[in-house]
Amino acid sequence: MARGAGALTARITAAALAFVTLGPLAVVMAQAGSGGIGAADWAALRFTLWQAAWSAVASVVCAVPLARALARRRFAGRSLLISALGAPFLLPVIVAVLGLLAVFGRAGVVNVGLRALGLPEVSIFGLGGVVLAHVFLNMPLATRMILQGWQAVPGERLRLAESLGFGPREIWRHIEVPMLRDVLPGALLAVFAICLTSFAVVLVLGGGPGATTVELAIYQAVRFEFDLGKAALLAVLQVLACGVAVGLAGLFTVPGGFGAGLDRAVGLPQPGGWRRVCDAVVIALAAGFIAGPLLAVVWRGAPGLLALPGSVWPALAASVLIAVLAAPLAVGGALALALGRAQGLRLVEPVAMLPMAGSSLVLGTGLFLLVFPWVSPATVALPVTVLVTAVMALPFAYRILLPEARALVADYGRLAASLGLQGWPALRLLVVPRLRRALGFALGLVAALAVGDLGVIALFAAERGATLPLVIQRLMGAYRMEAAAGAALLLVAAAFAVFWICDRWGRGHADA
Amino acid sequence: MKSPMFAAGFLCAATMAQAETPVLHVLTYDSFVSEWGPGPAIEKAFEAECGCDLVFTPAGDGAALLARLQLEGAKSEADVVLGLDTNLTAAARATGLFVPHAGAPKLDLPVAWEDADFLPYDWGYFAFVHNKTLAAPTDFKALAASDLKIVIQDPRSSTPGLGLLMWVKAAYGDQGAQVWADLADNIVTVTPGWSEAYGMFLEGEADMVLSYTTSPAYHLIAEQDDSKAAAVFTEGNYLQVEVMGKLKATDQPDLADRFMAFMLGDAAQEVLPVTNWMYPAKVPAAGLPKGFETLAQPVKSLLLGADEAEAARGPALEEWRAALAR
Repeated sequence: MARGAGALTARITAAALAFVTLGPLAVVMAQAGSGGIGAADWAALRFTLWQAAWSAVASVVCAVPLARALARRRFAGRSLLISALGAPFLLPVIVAVLGLLAVFGRAGVVNVGLRALGLPEVSIFGLGGVVLAHVFLNMPLATRMILQGWQAVPGERLRLAESLGFGPREIWRHIEVPMLRDVLPGALLAVFAICLTSFAVVLVLGGGPGATTVELAIYQAVRFEFDLGKAALLAVLQVLACGVAVGLAGLFTVPGGFGAGLDRAVGLPQPGGWRRVCDAVVIALAAGFIAGPLLAVVWRGAPGLLALPGSVWPALAASVLIAVLAAPLAVGGALALALGRAQGLRLVEPVAMLPMAGSSLVLGTGLFLLVFPWVSPATVALPVTVLVTAVMALPFAYRILLPEARALVADYGRLAASLGLQGWPALRLLVVPRLRRALGFALGLVAALAVGDLGVIALFAAERGATLPLVIQRLMGAYRMEAAAGAALLLVAAAFAVFWICDRWGRGHADA
Repeated sequence: MKSPMFAAGFLCAATMAQAETPVLHVLTYDSFVSEWGPGPAIEKAFEAECGCDLVFTPAGDGAALLARLQLEGAKSEADVVLGLDTNLTAAARATGLFVPHAGAPKLDLPVAWEDADFLPYDWGYFAFVHNKTLAAPTDFKALAASDLKIVIQDPRSSTPGLGLLMWVKAAYGDQGAQVWADLADNIVTVTPGWSEAYGMFLEGEADMVLSYTTSPAYHLIAEQDDSKAAAVFTEGNYLQVEVMGKLKATDQPDLADRFMAFMLGDAAQEVLPVTNWMYPAKVPAAGLPKGFETLAQPVKSLLLGADEAEAARGPALEEWRAALAR
């Protein structure tokens, strides 16, 4: 582990990332604009923080028992369920919302059932609906992040616990709590940051202008007021909010300090009795909650698969190409940053989280202003889309890699240094094998996100060369909702396939 | 000595080849260029007669189009902008990027058209679309008094949403705030764009959705489904007139004029009703497509002038926000 070279790579990556995220913001800020932020904008900021905080807490509170149940139980279909956990996160937002509405909406299964029983209906619209949707979209991600924490506990510690006669309560106190203190702040932070810039979910399920987020205010400033100065200022507010959250998460993160193990596969003890029943209930509830809207997406999309227009295939190819290019870029950058952070570079942390809080509209607008004087935006649509997708997805990859990078540096850093192991050999012999599970998960997640991301393509789009999300949007805009649902199902399948391939590689020989 | 000469000759030939087929760039909204929109058919028909290359550049929706234009400014590659509506023309004119159009044939709009810079190519009435089985209310007050549920679009991100704001303003003026307050309990939710709202309506999430009187024509003509109808309101239905304009900085002024004239000719006007699902600005010789005669006919057309709409937008938005933000 070469301190020098590794730190240098991390510094360069951080500088490049800061430039790509803050550069466009500065360009937008330099444009004319009043920059005046009114009472409505402050109200939007308050609501944004409020819903993001609720969503983060609710997602993580649901994720902990689920991750614990999944970590200590073995049952048929467990592996499938863990894979399926990736799915909600990969859905295009509007597809996910329609899926949720099919279950919880006015005409949804739940309300139809309540009506049949003569019970009052429940309304999904409002803060509750926003949080429900965010939990549906992000709880699975949080679960995967936390589950990784459980899986990273060395088997030797579990053996030791067993030989000391630890019961579930002692394991909770001495192993699980320290692990959670390491992993939870990062998971909370990730969900909070995602929800901070959430836009369509909040608007559709929020039920009206009471549920206005900063991202919508940015939209309005750019499109109807053409007040770029104000848009940039709002984007800065969003970044600051995320910065504070990063600081808080850092403050509360306590490394688990389990030390290295020999990678023996030792399962967690599986306590019986009421604990067994609890775990079963948690798993069943979570599986039902996630499967319901997903099944609705499949149900709605299946008839549309037959009516798919020919243009979805080149669009699918374009989306997969973007995924294949963006995933290694994002994960490579995230790995450099995570290793740098693990070696003590504190500045890396806020920079790595920066893109998550960045407004994609401001980022796209800034890049457009940067590119436009030199080349026709449509000609650089592919590289710009790859770059923006990679940048926007990098924080997820970073959060996934960080805990394992920390453990790697703590456990093997000195050994590697004493052996003079550095550069490519270190990467090949130490880093990739040790981090394989996290790397696979991160690669899969970024690739799947890239397939489903509308991103900045709308600003740079040319007449041809549309991506799959853009084709879905066009189908919906042309009244063809059934074909759009079919294309959305295709998109989910493609996103899930790339995710599964990468995740599978990462899980390799290990149970998972 | 030979190769520079060759290169010069090659360059010269290349420029000549380029000069032979001029390129016309048209900046428009995304759904216009999609394979289900009017773009492909119009491109083919125009290229067949102009001896030029017509290139559509898609840029989001109507509002995004204006933002895009302002981003590009005078350096824009575009020669023609197509797809603004009358609620945005004042802001577009204020950019100073447009020049007057070359004149128009006699148009078939429900209102007189006197704009010197922008020419309409199609238009429609905003209306609440519902299933025929529903006894639809006949004005905003009846709608507000009913317990019907509606989905509307956000005026801050969508042009139909802005249209509804102007509709209420044009019909009720200063009492607009009260109308919104009364409607608040009917509004299931407010979506960022038209397609989310329409999708939710089709999924049964609402009884009515803000769309156009021409929306049932899509279901009737493309899906042979006559179950949808649009409600005519006694206050009148607000118009959306979609317009195009020529940019000052164009390097193809004559071709731009030709294109705008072409857009009002039969070839383009026949395509628009069954791709954009709007009324043609100049009814083609063959008349309206079969099925359009079944559409609801509003009793009164409402439309604020471009400057009026621009002035009304800010206060109306504030009224809307205050009435609905609970």
